[in-house]
Amino acid sequence: MLIECDGLSCVRGDAALFQALSFDLEPGGALLVRGANGVGKTSLLRMLPGFLRPSAGTILIDGETPADRADRIHFVGHSDGLKASQSARQHLSFWSNLLNGPGNVDEALAIWGLTAIANLPCGVLSAGQRRRLVLARLLVAERDLWVLDEPTAPLDRAASKIFIDQVATYRSKGGIVAVATHLDLAIGNALEIRLGEGVQI
Amino acid sequence: MKALFAILARDMGLARQGWGLALGFFALFVTLMPLAVGPNLEVLRQLGPGMIWLGAALATLISLDRLYQADVEDGSVDQLLLSGMPLEVLVLGKVAAHWLTTILPLVIVAPLLGVMLNLEGQALWALAISLAVGTPALSFIGSIAAAMTAGQRRGGPLLSILVLPLFVPTLIFGAASAASSGEGLAFLGAVTLLSAAISPFASAAALRLHVS
Repeated sequence: MLIECDGLSCVRGDAALFQALSFDLEPGGALLVRGANGVGKTSLLRMLPGFLRPSAGTILIDGETPADRADRIHFVGHSDGLKASQSARQHLSFWSNLLNGPGNVDEALAIWGLTAIANLPCGVLSAGQRRRLVLARLLVAERDLWVLDEPTAPLDRAASKIFIDQVATYRSKGGIVAVATHLDLAIGNALEIRLGEGVQI
Repeated sequence: MKALFAILARDMGLARQGWGLALGFFALFVTLMPLAVGPNLEVLRQLGPGMIWLGAALATLISLDRLYQADVEDGSVDQLLLSGMPLEVLVLGKVAAHWLTTILPLVIVAPLLGVMLNLEGQALWALAISLAVGTPALSFIGSIAAAMTAGQRRGGPLLSILVLPLFVPTLIFGAASAASSGEGLAFLGAVTLLSAAISPFASAAALRLHVS
């Protein structure tokens, strides 16, 4: 998968959040989006799967619009999509079926250390456990791009380590990640965009 | 197909808390009706089919507001858009789950309530058949309004105002068919088929508006 972003601008209401942002992402690549609250990190990430249209500029994924390639993208946003009465295993099974995954739900639960609580309803899980479960969804269906908005904020140190390992494994197999974060994540060799300050590598 | 069944099964599982509410409302509505119009058996027999249809429409209405709201609020819609399945198909699964869990129980108990309103024999059959043919239209039509109001914090009252006028054709043909032992059943079926054809596209288009 090749992602080409050219001259992206975002205007929300009267505020121009960012302008003329251009970057490319290739297989194995990573994009780190940083910046203060309200500078448009989430807006930029929501443009990648086509949820939000850029005010100016284009995004091409393998030469097509994001909406045409939506079935190759995982998105993890602020809201986690967990249903209070569903168990962790039911949640992952559902998405595995819906996203046409290989059915490796137990493996995903084990990797994220959720096996012991797999049958508890999501409503009783802690913030960190909920986030682990949401990130486990990335593993139950293969996609070429992960778009992750503040993925690690509620995670403890051990879970952050799992996250870093999973991202590294995924990139080594040719996956692309786009992450917005205000934490120091050890994601090496990444294109870093500091919104409000310009592009750095 | 796998995705369609996945969302059907999930929504049926999640609906466990909701279906009793509509059923309880429906039973209470029909039970209160003789208290309001008096115990004249002939009057009850004449009003019965219409009242049961009205009760079914109102019970559908109160069950609609959660159809899409939870998925919009918790961000599930974002992920549904990335499933590779057309959103229209997923909407169809959700509407089917709504009808099976929430409305089908009403159709099943309606003849019992009909007996309470002095309906018998042929009239009970006509009532049951008209409900079975017509109530899917209520789910399909309601789905459009539910999708439009899903992002609203106080969407319930708005939903009622949007959806009740749209229920008019279903209510007219449904109650007429139930009261006349099957006349107009073809029109009722046509309303159901038409709403089934339009609703997935309209609902999906409305849902997409909530994603930005």
